[in-house]
This record gives sequence, C-alpha cells and structure tokens, in this order.
Amino acid sequence: MTTTLVETPVGATAAAAAPTGARAQRTGAPLGRASGLTLGVVLLALSLLVLIPLAAVAAEAGSTGWSGFWAAVTAPAAVDALVLTVTSSFVVTAINAVMGTLLAWVLVRDDFPGKRWVELVIDVPFALPTIVAGLVILSVYGRNSPVGIDLFGTRWGVMVALLFVTLPFVARTVQPTLMAFDRDTERAAATLGARPATVFRRIVLPPLVPAIAAGAALAFARAMGEYGSVLLISGGLDKTQVSSMYAFSLYESYDFPGAAATATVLLVVSLVVLVGFEIVSHRAGRRG
Amino acid sequence: MSIQANGVTKRFGAFVALDDVDLDVHAGALTALLGPSGGGKSTLLRVIGGLETPDAGEVSIAGRDMTRVPAHERNVGFVFQHYAAFQHLSVFRNVAFGLEIRRRPKAEVRRRVNELLELVHLEELADRKPAQLSGGQRQRMALARALAAEPSVLLLDEPFGALDTKVRRELRGWLRALHDEVHVTTVFVTHDQEEALEVADEIVVVNNGKVEQVGSPSDLYDKPANDFVMEFMGPVTRLGGRLVRPHDVQVTAAHVDGAVPGRVARLQRIGFEVRADVTTADGDLWVQLTRGQADTLELTPGSDVWLRAVV
Repeated sequence: MTTTLVETPVGATAAAAAPTGARAQRTGAPLGRASGLTLGVVLLALSLLVLIPLAAVAAEAGSTGWSGFWAAVTAPAAVDALVLTVTSSFVVTAINAVMGTLLAWVLVRDDFPGKRWVELVIDVPFALPTIVAGLVILSVYGRNSPVGIDLFGTRWGVMVALLFVTLPFVARTVQPTLMAFDRDTERAAATLGARPATVFRRIVLPPLVPAIAAGAALAFARAMGEYGSVLLISGGLDKTQVSSMYAFSLYESYDFPGAAATATVLLVVSLVVLVGFEIVSHRAGRRG
Repeated sequence: MSIQANGVTKRFGAFVALDDVDLDVHAGALTALLGPSGGGKSTLLRVIGGLETPDAGEVSIAGRDMTRVPAHERNVGFVFQHYAAFQHLSVFRNVAFGLEIRRRPKAEVRRRVNELLELVHLEELADRKPAQLSGGQRQRMALARALAAEPSVLLLDEPFGALDTKVRRELRGWLRALHDEVHVTTVFVTHDQEEALEVADEIVVVNNGKVEQVGSPSDLYDKPANDFVMEFMGPVTRLGGRLVRPHDVQVTAAHVDGAVPGRVARLQRIGFEVRADVTTADGDLWVQLTRGQADTLELTPGSDVWLRAVV
C-alpha cells in the first residue's frame, strides 16, 4: 500500500504547474537525536531478526559451492516441489484476490443477517494454528469426507488447504479502502452515462487495485511458505510435496546445505513476486 | 430543456422525504431549490437526476417521461457537494469521462475538454490529480465534467456547501455568469437563502417534503406566502403580533398614525448598520436602521420611540 500521491493542496498559487504524473516525494529532514535512536533500534532489530538469519541461510546454501547449490536446487524432487509450490501459490492467490474482493464488497456494501458472524469467521483461517487448519481440512476433504469429496494425497487437497489459510488477506486489505470510498463518485459516473459494469471497472476498481495487490502479496508469501496446513492433506506423497516440506525432509536427513538451498530459492522467488506486486500497485495508483 | 415533476412522493422507511410534490422548471432557467436540511430538496434533485426512484409520481425532462429511466441514460449533469472527483484520474480525464463513455473521437474529446477547462479556468491544471486542487478548483472541475457531454439539464446539490465563505461568494457569481453564457437549464439545491436570492431566476422553497412557494427572488422576499417562507427568506421580528422585516419598521421620535410606543433597550453598531433592541407593551423586537437614521434620532439606550411597520 504505497501509493503515496502528492497530497499538497495547491491553492491560488497554481501558476507554476507541477510536473505531470507527480510521483511519491519523500521529504527527508536531518534526523534529530530521538529519531536517530529510533532508526538505530529499528535497524538493529531488522538485522538481528531478518537480515542476519537470511544471510546465514544463504551462506549455508553456498557452503557446498555453486555446483553443490545448483545440484541441490535442480534435483528432480526439488524442482517438482518448487513448481508445485509456485504454481499453486499463484493459482490460490489469484482465486483469493477475486474472492477476497467479493467478500470485502459484500461486507461493506450489503446488509444481511449474520453479517457480524461472517466478519468473525473470516479471520479464523488466519488465527488458527496451521496444524489445526490442516486437521480441519483433513476432516472435511480427507479419506472419510462427510461431503463425499476426497482430496487426500492430491494436489487439489494442497490447493484447498492454501485457499483456506490465505482467504483473509485480500478481504482484510480491501475492506478499509472500500469503506473509505466516496460513493458519490459512482453516482457521478452514472450520471455521466456509465453503466453499472463500467462504473465498477473504471471508477471503483482502480483505487482498489493497490489494496488488492497488497493483500495478494501477503497471501502469496503465506502460500509459498505454508507447511502445517498442507502437511496432513498432502499425505506425504512425492507428487504433493511442497518446497517447505521438501526442505524439512532434507533437514531430517541431515542435508543442511540442501535444505538451505531450497529455502534460498523460496526466498528469491518470494522477493521477486513481492516486488512485482509492489510495481502493479504503484502503477495502478498512478494510472490516469 | 424543461423539467416537470408531478405528484412525486418518496419515503425512506417511515420518513416521508417528498410528499406529493409538483415542480415545473422551464427551459433555460436557473432555479434554486431552497429549504432547511432534511426538508426534501436534495431528494427531489436526486429523483430528477435518476439517483433515487420515486415511490409515486412522474418526472419528465424535455417532455419525455424519465421516471423509470436509469441515471446513466438520462443525460443529466450532476454536481455533488463534496465534488465526487475521480481521484485516480487527472483533471483532464475527469472532464473527458462522459465523452469517453460516449466513445467520441479522440480529437473531439481533446478539443471539447480543453474548451471546458478554459471555461472553468483550469487549463493550466489539466494534468493534476484532484487531490492537488483546492476545493474551489475541484468544484469547477466537477462542473466542467458535468457539462462536457452537453447534458439536457444541469443539477447541482449544495455545490458550494463545502467551501469557505470567500470562495463561495466567488463561485456563486461565477455560476451565474456561466449560466448566462451556456444557457443550460439548471437546478441547484441550497439551504442558504442569500445564495438563492443572489443566483437564481426562480426559487422553489421546499420544507417538510412539500413545496411552500415558487417565485422570483423579489416575490419571495416581499410577498412570502406564509410565515415559514417569510422567516426563511430573511431576518424577521414581531411587531404587534405580526411578523415583519426588521428594516421595514419605521422608528420615529414623535407619535404617528398606527405607531406603538417602545423603549430602546440596547444598541449595536455593525458596520453601516445599527440594530436596536426595543421593548414594547406587546413584547420585545429588534429593528434595523442605518447609522444615519440612528444618529438623526439620537438613539441611546433608554430612548423612547414610536414604531410602525411600513409594509
């Protein structure tokens, strides 16, 4: 959510037209002592909690040299796991970007009995310990499915598990944006001749895109690293093994560099995708 | 184009926003719907614009029945109190929206938008986003946007309500001038009687979901149909049990025919105007005088005076 448009109200002194398509401007002031200290603490925490461990994983992955790293990440099982992880993460993110937006729409725009319950229920997949989520999914879509849908040991099962745990993200990021939306703009568009579908596509959707992208990025990251909820439904088969499970299996067989190499690839893919979402969100914010 | 509303009724739950309202706006007029908030004037405007569906009655524009026609097919221009700017689009694209929807050729769109931006003095700011404009500039953009596709009527809902006094005054005069230039049938909603008196050709006073009176600004001010309109159109005071305008009370030092005696309780000088609070046997009232009148009468608190309504 970084579509910081320049919010400077330009009053009567509008003679000097600003450069077009003004981009985010960061006003940098020299740091005072207090904010210098704050920045120091933040950087220290970031280093200890994020940067150093990440560097350590990368170092571990590189401990066997480039050829060792390459062999580890190109092993057939590693590639299968990665392909499954990335494709299912994309599919799940796409589905939940749509579903989450719909959900937010219904919660903001409609009134129906039990709405407060739905509000509560949305967060359940987010709040549940992942292994509990795994058990929940297994009990519905497992071997003894009460609804007659057996997804045990299938890639569909993995998808369902990922869909379940990533459901709240987009809904929760879109909801506040939609609540703050000025509905008169929709009415204005209608009086200008736009049909309801056009109003949605050209007036409502563009301001929502940054929120959808932010939620989708969170959902994607969560799906890429998900372990607990997919573990049970996957049945521990090779064809349903996601990268996190693969890394864990390597770790269990004392192949630390291999596990680290898998982790590094996941890290890189996640970073690339996060940057991609950021670009989409920024573009949408500036699109004229 | 003319606008007719016949027997329009609109309820929100138990609340009756419009109660069997008739309205007749002739083509090319600049009409104000004036009344207190919650009186139904905005609802009436939204019914004309297609943003609300009436529970009963019909609306027609240029003789065509529009009651069941959705807003996007009515070809009306609508301006909202809080601008309703498309925040993600530039000023140019905001104004171009109605034309793009109608799939007009690019060159025509560019020509028309530039023409309108010039009309509302925003040509320099075409590439800005609405967030970079002041309130007055945003409302002028909204006006240009509403006019772009040559609407049959222009509807404005409290268009200056969110602006500060100085900008309000400026835009009022400017709307009047714009109307004299463009001649599109215009209806605007306001709760400010001064605004209505200053801008409109015709004023429709709406209160409690009903039309109280229709007339020219001077008609309404000088010949109000009832006490409500009288009170709403300007300051009033009570002399001998009757509502009068404070400037329509003649103050004399000596007795004249039909005058009642009173005593000045307080004097307030507000610029050129002097307000005198006067106590009579019938109750208190206030009278508006010019500085010259007050000085000639040598009014001070405690002065005995004679009061007579001159209309």
